[in-house]
Amino acid sequence: MSTASKIEFRDETFRDDFTFKNSPETVLRAPFPFDNDEYMYAVNMELHKDGKKGTAFEQPIDVDEHYLSEMHDRALVLDEDPLRCQSLPHMTLAGWDTLELLMVSKAEGYPDLFSLSRDGDNWHWINRPMNIDQKFVFGDETTLPYGPLEYITRQAQGDFCVLDERDGNLWMDAGMVTTQADWSLDFDIGMNFFEWHAPVPLAHEKGIFKRALKYLLAIQQSNPARRLNWTMTVNPRLDTSPEHYHQWGPENTHITPENVADKLFLRIELQSFWRLPRSNGMLFPIRCYMLSMRDLTTVPKWAKRFHRVLNTLPPEIGSYKGLDNFRQIAIDYLANYDDGKDTSPGPFPD
Amino acid sequence: MSVNPMLDVIVTDVVEVNSLIKRFHFKLPDGSPLPAFSGGAHVVIEMQDGEQIRRTPYSLMSSPLDTSDYQISIRRDDEGRGGSLYMHREVSKGMKMRLSPPTNLFALDNRSGKQLMIAGGIGITPFLAQTAQMIARGGAFELHYGVRSRELGSYIDELGARIGHRLHCYIGDEGQKIDFDGLLSSQPAGTHVYVCGPEPMINHVLERAKANGWPDSHVHYEHFAKAPAGQPFTFELKASGKTIEVGENQSMLEAMEAAGIDAPYLCRGGACGHCESDVIEVDGEVQHEDHWLDDDEKASGKKIMPCVSRFCGKRLVIDR
Repeated sequence: MSTASKIEFRDETFRDDFTFKNSPETVLRAPFPFDNDEYMYAVNMELHKDGKKGTAFEQPIDVDEHYLSEMHDRALVLDEDPLRCQSLPHMTLAGWDTLELLMVSKAEGYPDLFSLSRDGDNWHWINRPMNIDQKFVFGDETTLPYGPLEYITRQAQGDFCVLDERDGNLWMDAGMVTTQADWSLDFDIGMNFFEWHAPVPLAHEKGIFKRALKYLLAIQQSNPARRLNWTMTVNPRLDTSPEHYHQWGPENTHITPENVADKLFLRIELQSFWRLPRSNGMLFPIRCYMLSMRDLTTVPKWAKRFHRVLNTLPPEIGSYKGLDNFRQIAIDYLANYDDGKDTSPGPFPD
Repeated sequence: MSVNPMLDVIVTDVVEVNSLIKRFHFKLPDGSPLPAFSGGAHVVIEMQDGEQIRRTPYSLMSSPLDTSDYQISIRRDDEGRGGSLYMHREVSKGMKMRLSPPTNLFALDNRSGKQLMIAGGIGITPFLAQTAQMIARGGAFELHYGVRSRELGSYIDELGARIGHRLHCYIGDEGQKIDFDGLLSSQPAGTHVYVCGPEPMINHVLERAKANGWPDSHVHYEHFAKAPAGQPFTFELKASGKTIEVGENQSMLEAMEAAGIDAPYLCRGGACGHCESDVIEVDGEVQHEDHWLDDDEKASGKKIMPCVSRFCGKRLVIDR
């Protein structure tokens, strides 16, 4: 199933002058993460297929108006810090699995933008927006300018963790991570599922991670799953990494009632989980969508609901997500858009 | 939408390998490649056996590098509940069938310095796929293959041609036996061992590996328990509010499926844990036949694996 994609790619920045902006259509198709007025951790997973038309779920690997600018920002991060993309030696096959999954999915979903022709192991990939025309031999790293994981994830929005499965656990043994909410691949590489989730408050006690791991290990080919996660970010900065905390950390204190509408963002992560066929590993893409507080007010249901979520959020979760410096300012701003009436069920706009 | 999507395929060949074993080939109707898989993966075959739908897992033995078809080998089991008999008697070239997408519960550890593979009888099938993948990828491995007789030693010649000196065969009626202690005590550090075959052989390898100091993380086995036949019984489903009758040659899972319940499963052999269900009420004895629940869980009476386990008593209610 393909999307007739009339995407106008924006030329914008996620650093320095921060010219990132959503078009009204992009706001409406965002994967708003709250399906009711209160938020608590849960194993909120569902099948990732047959997505609703006109939403970020329509295609399993979503492409939007920020594609080219996000890929440019990724290239800038990698120039400075090549360790944002790593793959332990046993993960090369999973890298090829990832390349296949992303190329096939993009070519099927957006045939006017991407095409893939395969004759045995001789593959021909065309990425029109990025002006890439690449013939290569599937499985032969010497025929690509980068390893398979780095090659394809320089052409795909979102971060990608590639997990190995063994001993009844998942291990973060490869990835491309440049648009992360304050975590580091270089720190987490080689960790298992419980180790990389160790800093999350409350969820361990609720047994969430044990149940989540069990669910993930049961995910099989042709049944990908997804969940949504969220945090908030000051300025539309994709690369909020621990390595660059000195650049973005101080900005957390820069929110005022005057600038909150355009400077503070709800940062949504669309996380999906795919069984990789040849390696038996798992691909875990984390795609980031950012909505400014002003964007939220263009959808009355979302402004109301996010106001109520922030109001009732347990303080430990607010602190873990780094919201303490601006949470009240956001609540006060959004209060102007909350009439106290009931919101309709589900996450989608009315 | 079903939790268990299936592939529609055509049987493109049925080959008699020897007096007990037949090999079945499957393709997609339009000839396009089947989904890729990793060595050790199985598919579940759906069989319309009269009124009854059977679903039985079999390891893929064809090369993961060639997905133009899938191949499986099935040993005829004259004592079983009938899945292998159905495949041997009823399935012929040209038939349409349905398969699950591949699932791997017996994957190679890709970090391993050396893979030590031990097969007994028809347990050779996952290793046929894994050795093909190892040859393409490179890396050290050995395959030790025990068979009852030369006649029943399926694929010895093909394997010999493909992997040469890495194949070690042991023909039972010629007095040859695998020296498990010798093998398990002489491997380089970092070796992983994989065993697939009859249950006594698997248990023996697990026991000798432990005795020889192998960590559990380096010992892999695949054992599909067969859903045993037994006395018919009745149980109730809380969520769907149905009462289900289980026949003599039927599992609880099959009986639920026959009643239109879309219950989760992967291995259908009591190994993967996917069908684990909570017992809400029980008055009687749950007959646990799985390898998933530990002894404490079995004793607690709070869990059941409907793909293989049975019940005897007055009342059983589970959470489906």
